[in-house]
Amino acid sequence: MKIQTKINGHLREDEVEPRLLLVHYLRDVAGLTGTHIGCETSLCGACTVLLNGEAVKSCTLFAVQADGGEITTIEALGNHEKLHPLQEGFWEEHGLQCGFCTPGMILAAYQLLCRNPHPSREEIRKGLEGNLCRCTGYQHIVKAIEYAAQKIGSPDA
Amino acid sequence: MIPEPFEYHIPKNLEEASRLLAQFGGEGKILAGGHSLVPMMKLRLAAPKHLIDLGRLTDLKYIRESDGRIEIGALTTHFQIQSSSLLKEKCPLLPETAREIGDVQVRNKGTIGGSLAHSDPAADWPAAILALAGEIQARNVSSSRWIPASEFFVDLLTTALGGDEVLTAIRVPVAPPRSGHAYLKLHHPASGYAMVGVAAQVLLNEARHIESASVGVTGVGPKAYRATAVEEALRGKAPSRQNLEAAAAHAAEGIDVNSDLYASAEYRSHLAQVYTRRALEKALERAHGK
Ligand SMILES: Cc1cc2nc3c(=O)[nH]c(=O)nc-3n(C[C@H](O)[C@H](O)[C@H](O)COP(=O)(O)OP(=O)(O)OC[C@H]3O[C@@H](n4cnc5c(N)ncnc54)[C@H](O)[C@@H]3O)c2cc1C
Ligand code: FES
Ligand code: FES
Repeated sequence: MKIQTKINGHLREDEVEPRLLLVHYLRDVAGLTGTHIGCETSLCGACTVLLNGEAVKSCTLFAVQADGGEITTIEALGNHEKLHPLQEGFWEEHGLQCGFCTPGMILAAYQLLCRNPHPSREEIRKGLEGNLCRCTGYQHIVKAIEYAAQKIGSPDA
Repeated sequence: MIPEPFEYHIPKNLEEASRLLAQFGGEGKILAGGHSLVPMMKLRLAAPKHLIDLGRLTDLKYIRESDGRIEIGALTTHFQIQSSSLLKEKCPLLPETAREIGDVQVRNKGTIGGSLAHSDPAADWPAAILALAGEIQARNVSSSRWIPASEFFVDLLTTALGGDEVLTAIRVPVAPPRSGHAYLKLHHPASGYAMVGVAAQVLLNEARHIESASVGVTGVGPKAYRATAVEEALRGKAPSRQNLEAAAAHAAEGIDVNSDLYASAEYRSHLAQVYTRRALEKALERAHGK
């Protein structure tokens, strides 16, 4: 089936098999390997991307369901010269160790800050309930998101 | 984790969806949020030949009030229910239940209609819809009917929906004055589904005694159920701790209680009683506050 998507601002058209998962479409067809595959069973959140502004687990959707939609992956958030405040937060507060969960964590956090720009620690933890990290113990991830919330909220951001 | 191949259909409207469903018979399945179906297809526990995606039928996404009732379109997501200000005011049990489902990403995609149609024995919606004495609308090509929640859940993963019927809406009464509600859930530590989930709504009379109570329980048996023995034991009673405890003791009465790696039947029955008492306490506290 032919699908049209807008990934990180770029329109594309691709012929895909209906059973192709969105995460495989992003990684193998669009070549955007920033989105990771962890558990493949909808539990870990490593594959989180934004579809029409909402955080979704891209291993649990077919690419055809995203037809006509806008997708944002980690590749669009910032670059080496100018990190997104969330990326900067993860850098400054040591929000990662192996980094495997990080793209998903950052997109889930992005969704959280869109809905609630000044979350409490409790709210940050609740906002990340769909994302697992096997390394950090989460404390530094929470701090990284607090950092980002503060930075986004400050006038010189 | 690649599902078997299937043909993908995008119906333009509800009529077309029900026509396709009727046409494919047992080989076709509705796709709503996909958050029960896609994981099953990936594990190849399900392999439908045709998927009929309702995803684009945005007129099935709504929450509205009319004639003292709230009606919710089948495609409304858990997140939309969780964040609805209308529901927080008129039927707060629903947003309270929604926020306990899965995680943020799951709530963004999963739909109330999909959850009810799937009828997982540990899903949250069935408990709430039972406690609210809700009704579920089913439509096929030629007709439409409202099924009372008490008749909807038939058995493990089995509902009263016919093979050619699409679930289109859910309706529940607006919470009456002097009523209180609560949904309490013990999350399974790995999956997040309910080990036990209890939805309660209580109504007080003028004398501040319990006029009526309704209790929906999930996670305990092969399907969600109304704990009618608990409800009867509370009718007309003073809301004392003793009365609540005595009533809650009936929470798993007559149920073929699940027993698995995580909880023996004995432990689950105990949990059902404790969560029922706590849910009733919380609901009463809220009813008194009004
Ligand atoms: C990681 C994870 C955690 C979860 N945790 C929980 C939890 O804690 N509690 C909980 O209750 N649920 C949980 N779920 C399930 C989730 O709530 C699902 O969204 C829901 O059960 C199914 O809704 P859906 O819209 O995704 O339906 P789908 O997966 O699209 O469909 C499910 C089934 O219902 C049928 N169907 C769907 N819509 C209709 C319709 N309108 N008419 C007729 N048939 C229809 C489909 O054919 C299919 O058989 C979890 C899911 C995941 C992936
Ligand atoms: S890879 Fe999608 S949730 Fe783990
Ligand atoms: S940093 Fe390794 S999984 Fe999170």
